[in-house]
Amino acid sequence: MAKNKLPVSQQLQKKTTDLIDSTQGSQAWSSIFRPGSIFRKGYSDSPRNRSYVIMNSVLYHLHPVKVKRHAVKVSYTLCLGGISFFTFILLTVTGIFLMFFYRPTAAQAWDDIFQLQSAVTFGLLVRNMHRWAAHLMVLSVFLHMARVFYHGAYKAPREFNWVIGVMLLQFTLLLSFTGYLLPWDQLALWAVTVGTNMMGYTPVFGEQVRFVLLGGVEIGTDTLLRWYVLHVLFLPFVTVIFMAIHFWRVRKDGGISGPL
Amino acid sequence: MTEIPEHLRKRAEEARQKAAAESAPVESAPVESADAASDAPLSAAASKIPAHLLERSKAAKSKADGGAVEAAPAAAAAGGVATAVAAAPVAPVATGPGGHTQRLLTVVKSGSIQDVKAVPQDKVHTWPHLLVVEFVCCLFVLAFILIFSVFVNAPLLELANFNQTPNPSKAPWYFLGLQELLTMFHPMVAGVTIPGMGMFLLILAPYIDRNPSMKPEDRKFAISLQTVHLMYWATLVMIGSFFRGPGFNFIMPWNDGLFFEF
Repeated sequence: MAKNKLPVSQQLQKKTTDLIDSTQGSQAWSSIFRPGSIFRKGYSDSPRNRSYVIMNSVLYHLHPVKVKRHAVKVSYTLCLGGISFFTFILLTVTGIFLMFFYRPTAAQAWDDIFQLQSAVTFGLLVRNMHRWAAHLMVLSVFLHMARVFYHGAYKAPREFNWVIGVMLLQFTLLLSFTGYLLPWDQLALWAVTVGTNMMGYTPVFGEQVRFVLLGGVEIGTDTLLRWYVLHVLFLPFVTVIFMAIHFWRVRKDGGISGPL
Repeated sequence: MTEIPEHLRKRAEEARQKAAAESAPVESAPVESADAASDAPLSAAASKIPAHLLERSKAAKSKADGGAVEAAPAAAAAGGVATAVAAAPVAPVATGPGGHTQRLLTVVKSGSIQDVKAVPQDKVHTWPHLLVVEFVCCLFVLAFILIFSVFVNAPLLELANFNQTPNPSKAPWYFLGLQELLTMFHPMVAGVTIPGMGMFLLILAPYIDRNPSMKPEDRKFAISLQTVHLMYWATLVMIGSFFRGPGFNFIMPWNDGLFFEF
């Protein structure tokens, strides 16, 4: 009786704190979280530690230690650039999942998507997320561009970052458009037919442009492979490079613009 | 943008005021001659050095001169060791009036190596102020997409069939503005020239718009033009999406239904 003086709840609480302490004090834990990390043992909120959270983590590649006070106002940025970036990450994750179940040939593509929806756990949900996130990304990139224009944020010294941004808008449209063909259903086929017919009217070398895009004179299994590679490798690769420059320039040009 | 901590700025300000207060009487004394104009920068520089330090250095200089003259014959007569012994009881050459053995090497004026003119900016720590906002924003977007995806399925029509053209055939929604233009212009104009020019002008916007102001009231023309531009595309996309039916003919969606797939 004398041993169990404490009530069970307090014993449990003590056990838990002991466990947390020994975990956070272990060598493995402190090798993972660098000094200043909020997950490290004995983290306390101080200006110095707030600086370390950024300075000693991989986030330092993205954010400076301090930002202008008005830059954190949601009413200024509306988070549109961040939403664009986040949807890109989400699209990468869901896209990798979809790649496990998809073969880009005219004979198999539609069946694979159908199988994915009907026979794969969470297949339908992940495909839905990929589709809706893609549309949301086009929308948010477009709105981000409008926001930046209305704030006059494209003016010196940020002219070139605006140029990169417009390129990113075009890559976003291309990413979405190349993905549109992949389900190989009636919607995909004829939407892409309409789109590529338009590009065929490029002056002087319209025929060649269309041939290169389609991998032939007609949309077919070669087009599907070509657009698949563009969609899952080439365009994301180029987009990531441009995004890296875009984010880096935001900092080099003195943080986000404003206040107005 | 250099950011100087508030307490350092305050300290520098205090030091400057103190220096100004001390140098004021000294400065008034030497500036009596008429040709002070040429001496002005010199005296201004000198005035930053406290008077007692100047005196000390002057004394040290004259002592050093005298010491050197005295030491020279002694060294010639009795050799280095004897001189050192003889000089030992005398105070060291560099000793100041108060018997101090340290010397003033130089005075670095504030402002010459640190830029005190920089205006401190109103900044906040990225953690937690920005990261929390970003994290919450990501959660909201994720929740929205997840919930939307649970209830709304992505379209999957029947297998692609080259022999059966759906009526109407529509491009993805963001290209429907271009498809709408196709009904009015030659395909080369609608599909290549107009969007190409649009993108080209958009890229060149910062180089065309030379107005440095970011205030909305100073940029009425730019803002109007961009609004018209964006509304133009938005309207075309809306018409192409909702008001075009079979044969891409004009319809009213509330009468004839929607002919639109996401």
